[in-house]
Amino acid sequence: MLNMVLPWAFGMVSLALLLSLYRLLVGPDVPDRILALDTLYLNTIALLVLFGLLQGSALYFEAALLIAVMGFVGTIALSKYLLRGDIME
Amino acid sequence: MLDAVLAILVLVGAFFTLVGSWGLAKMPDFFMRLHGPTKATTIGVGSVLVASALYFSFNTDGVSLHEVLVTLFLFMTAPVSAHMMAKAALHLRVKQVERTRSAVVESGVVNSYDGTPFRRKE
Repeated sequence: MLNMVLPWAFGMVSLALLLSLYRLLVGPDVPDRILALDTLYLNTIALLVLFGLLQGSALYFEAALLIAVMGFVGTIALSKYLLRGDIME
Repeated sequence: MLDAVLAILVLVGAFFTLVGSWGLAKMPDFFMRLHGPTKATTIGVGSVLVASALYFSFNTDGVSLHEVLVTLFLFMTAPVSAHMMAKAALHLRVKQVERTRSAVVESGVVNSYDGTPFRRKE
């Protein structure tokens, strides 16, 4: 049953990635683009975990954890830069 | 039985991820767009991660805790990053839809950044 559902899940997450990419390209202001990047990394984590389920390999979680940490730091740094004009004060 | 639970979790997770991104692409202004990714996408990714944790806990020996780590990290950081982005957008005064615009903030009586009254520099 899982093997039947996985292609649909891949399709939905890929569509979500495309919609986020649309907002990244179109987004009228800078915060919109930061939000789109944030959504892109969340979708990438979902796609990586689904791929791990498909392959039956537990190797992809290290990558997912790294993407989560680096994405969070990136979002905070960009927002802080917009807020203060500087990251470290 | 386990297979059915995993299938439902994966499907629900992918669906919520899609709904979050759809909201991001469709909503009219930034503060509405913030709702989709911060809530729907977080619960979607969390659901997929729980499915993965169950799968690897039952199919390999021992409990698989990597996914729980990622889930906890995401659920802790999503509100923080949303708060920072909203602060940045308020600071930059991005465009808002007419009906969500606050008359008090627009008139300049209070600071849009933290809601405190404006005090001019001497």
